[in-house]
Amino acid sequence: MSPTPFLVLSALLFSIGTVGVLVRRNAIVVFMCVELMLNASNLAFVTFARTTGNLDGQVAAFFVMVVAAAEVVVGLAIIMTIFRTRRSASVDDASLLKY
Amino acid sequence: MIIFWILAPLMVVCALGMVISRKAVHSALLLAVVMVSLAVLYAAQQAPFLFAVQIIVYTGAVLMLFLFVLMLVGVDASDSLVETLRGQRLVAILIGLVFVVLIVLGLAQTTVGTVVGLNNANLDGNVPGVAALLFSTYVFAFEVTSALLITAALGAMVLAHRERLTPKPSQRDVVRQRMRDYADRGLHPGPLPAPGTFARHNSVDTPALLPDGTPSQLSISRVMRSRGTVRDIAGDRSAIAEVEAETQAQTQALERSER
Repeated sequence: MSPTPFLVLSALLFSIGTVGVLVRRNAIVVFMCVELMLNASNLAFVTFARTTGNLDGQVAAFFVMVVAAAEVVVGLAIIMTIFRTRRSASVDDASLLKY
Repeated sequence: MIIFWILAPLMVVCALGMVISRKAVHSALLLAVVMVSLAVLYAAQQAPFLFAVQIIVYTGAVLMLFLFVLMLVGVDASDSLVETLRGQRLVAILIGLVFVVLIVLGLAQTTVGTVVGLNNANLDGNVPGVAALLFSTYVFAFEVTSALLITAALGAMVLAHRERLTPKPSQRDVVRQRMRDYADRGLHPGPLPAPGTFARHNSVDTPALLPDGTPSQLSISRVMRSRGTVRDIAGDRSAIAEVEAETQAQTQALERSER
């Protein structure tokens, strides 16, 4: 099967993730949208791996997953810390870094 | 490739729902659907290793972490719909549309050539093939990954750690505080009364009755009182009154017959 539908789907998911990051203000949902963007790029990687016939794309997708896992751990810890100090997970409230 | 045409619309709909839904839990569940569908698409594209990793790491670990934090933060922390920047939402959606059009036009103008397929690369199996690449060409990146993971774990521990500012109260301190409260404010030093146990209800939302028949506020959790989910036992009290009246009538009849 031609890779173009997969790539178009990947582009769609990535754009939906982008819009989500721009629109939503709950920090956790913003994080989920970032995850969606990473997953969309993974789909493109896997598709290109199949198109070109070598496994480098799959290895790249694997590294993206590792980075995403690390990012989620630290990001959610930051959200927890912010929530603990200001009782809200909205990104609007955290507009000042210090107070 | 029927599977693609089934899953692709589902994924797009779920992703849109994730962005639109106001409750964060719904977003997390819709994201789970998208991720499992992605795993199936990986399997359909000759990547069985990534299929397993996607399910284990994303739907297993990452989404559970998301749900865990959601429960910790409070499930009903839904977004307010008030825009802080005027027109921001509209502009964001416009930018997203422009982005889609741009990428799709770019994709349409490229030629991907013939699809080679991974039958040759997966000759010894997909996992050995990926491992051979990981531990030869990408071995340095792989080692750096370990440093990244350790840093992330340490960072999470440092961020989640809370310093104890006051010493932990011992049993002796607790007793002293209780006796002081009793001396100063007359608070009952013993444990709080248990919830009511009646023939019809004995759950924690049933208040115990005081000797004068009024429900005891202390026998109910403060959370339930503020939520307003305390069971109203006025109806039960009327039943009690009925039973009492009946017993009284019976005793009177007995007394009369004895005379």
